[in-house]
Amino acid sequence: MSIRIRNLAKVYRMGTEEVHALRGVDLDIGDNEFVAIMGASGSGKSTLMNIVGCLDRPTSGTYELGDIRVEKMSATKLASVRNREIGFVFQSFELLGRATALKNVMLPMLYSAQWWGARKRAKDALASVGLAERMGHKPNQLSGGQKQRVAIARALVNKPRILLADEPTGALDSKTSEDIMALFRELHNKGQTVILVTHEEDIAGYANRIIRLRDGRIVSDYPTDKDPVHQDYIQRALEHAQRMADDNAQTQSKSAASLAAVSASLAGGAS
Amino acid sequence: MTLLRIPVLTVGTAVAQIWANKVRSMLTTLGIIIAVASVIIVSSVAVGLKQYMLDQFASFGANKVWIFPDWPDDQPERYTWRQVRITPEQARGLLENCPSLKRISPIMNLQARVQIGDKLRDFVKVEGISPDWHEIEQRFVTVGRPFKSIDEEEKAQVCLINDKGVEELGLPADPTGTVVLLDSRRFTIIGVVETKTPSPLFGGRNETKVEMFIPFSTGELMRPEPGMYIVGQTRGAEFVDDVKAEVRFYMRRARGLGPGEPNTFGVEAIDQVIGEFNKIAAAFSVGLAGLVGISLVVGGIGIMNIMLVSVSERTHEIGLRKAVGAQPAVIMLQFLVEAVVLCLVGCAIGIVLGAGVIMLLKLAPDSPVGKSEIPVWSLILSVGFSAFTGVVFGMGPAIKAASLDPIEALRHE
Repeated sequence: MSIRIRNLAKVYRMGTEEVHALRGVDLDIGDNEFVAIMGASGSGKSTLMNIVGCLDRPTSGTYELGDIRVEKMSATKLASVRNREIGFVFQSFELLGRATALKNVMLPMLYSAQWWGARKRAKDALASVGLAERMGHKPNQLSGGQKQRVAIARALVNKPRILLADEPTGALDSKTSEDIMALFRELHNKGQTVILVTHEEDIAGYANRIIRLRDGRIVSDYPTDKDPVHQDYIQRALEHAQRMADDNAQTQSKSAASLAAVSASLAGGAS
Repeated sequence: MTLLRIPVLTVGTAVAQIWANKVRSMLTTLGIIIAVASVIIVSSVAVGLKQYMLDQFASFGANKVWIFPDWPDDQPERYTWRQVRITPEQARGLLENCPSLKRISPIMNLQARVQIGDKLRDFVKVEGISPDWHEIEQRFVTVGRPFKSIDEEEKAQVCLINDKGVEELGLPADPTGTVVLLDSRRFTIIGVVETKTPSPLFGGRNETKVEMFIPFSTGELMRPEPGMYIVGQTRGAEFVDDVKAEVRFYMRRARGLGPGEPNTFGVEAIDQVIGEFNKIAAAFSVGLAGLVGISLVVGGIGIMNIMLVSVSERTHEIGLRKAVGAQPAVIMLQFLVEAVVLCLVGCAIGIVLGAGVIMLLKLAPDSPVGKSEIPVWSLILSVGFSAFTGVVFGMGPAIKAASLDPIEALRHE
């Protein structure tokens, strides 16, 4: 088991007011799962992600990451846990602008106990995301998709237990988003546990399991192909695509191909 | 392990950061630059001045002591001139009774009428000296020969003249063999003594007078009870106090002074002058230390300010570093290293600036600070205090950076 969360609560104090961001969350995530956490803003999704990512501590409840009890750890120990066990991928990439791709990927190793061979491992990580040719480039010489690949390589370089992606496609166009999500699937297929935080149904569709939060509680937790909301969304998307295709068919004859492509991409993600 | 590795790797980052903000860093470290430059300049100039002083002392005659007649302050009327005056006999017994004295020369002052050919001059300064005088006063002959003990023993009618005298009395460049009349006695000039103008430091004036010298024993023939004093040289700087004690003991015994009686003579050494100088130098150093302290505090506040700016500018980056696992202590170390590097860069600029000023000072001809050297201790002091300033004033911003919440920091734009 990768993650075992029991009765997790988080209360923020905003002036005199208490904000209950999480109100008793139980959550198990096994090894090599690909989970999407969904929810509107204010649902507690970000808070849950911060706690799962060891960036924040719960007010109450327990959190076991592997066999580590994280909920009471000091800031220093949490930093070490993040370094070893969590790989973050952010919406806005969060690369150091003045450092090359290689240096960016080496960053987590700077803070780990294994600096020896860091360069070699960073090169391997960049090669595994298909950027072997670009490691001397600085972020401003890279496209958005390439930047996110660098960030993913950085997240993977310490071989973390969890890859935690927070809206990883939020700053990318749809074609690049598909590439990045395909990369996440590939990593998952190689055995990486991936947790994806998103509010986009079609991005969540790449995961095998969808957890939905509302008002600080988990309101649904289904495998993607059994998630009623997601299935409904796919249905509507297919219908929409069908309509578009029908409209196009009146003027153009290649509609069948485009329908096939849309269906394939939606269905492919959820396999 | 990490705590060791981070400073090493951070130095590069810090230098890059400073280079990226050249002007800002330069202004920030201005306080440090000024402090270090002033330490370098003042300490170097102090070295130069001290060397200049020592050279002056050496030319004046190192390790010199004077023994001269002196009435006791409280009851001067009790002693007559005859009791107080230094006698040739007292001078003769001095060397064997005072083992710490290396050499002495009695000096008698005569004002004599000098006649060379048809040129006549009254009240010319004539001194009766013994051969060791040359060595003690560091005044040697440029032409002819110096006095020798044979002149002293034979009470020879020979004299030396200084170059001013050669000029004023219209003598040839090599006046040896010329006969002069001193108070109607015939003397033969045997050499020319170099004129030495004491530095203004010791009250010397830039006007040189005609000086003539005759053997002391010859002088005794001319003045049976001469006004005289003794100049001597100790075996080394460390013997000055011994010499004083020995001279006092010997002179009191020679004069038969009883236990309750005061000294009727004086012994002075040049070390008193050096002592005065050292006091001034010490006061100078304290003033300098204060100045440098203030500059470093001002410089440190500049550093603190820029480090706080740096922390808030890079809050986002700090958030990222924390997210990927940088421990608070590591972040703190990174900013401390940066502050120290900043201070050391300022220190380096200050040293270069100070060295440049010193080089310019040395270019000036006849400069009293011509022998200025940057002392090693001032370099160590500068580097040490700069680094210390970096640590002290970088600590606050570094702690601030270390205690940032990673989530808040990442949200910060």
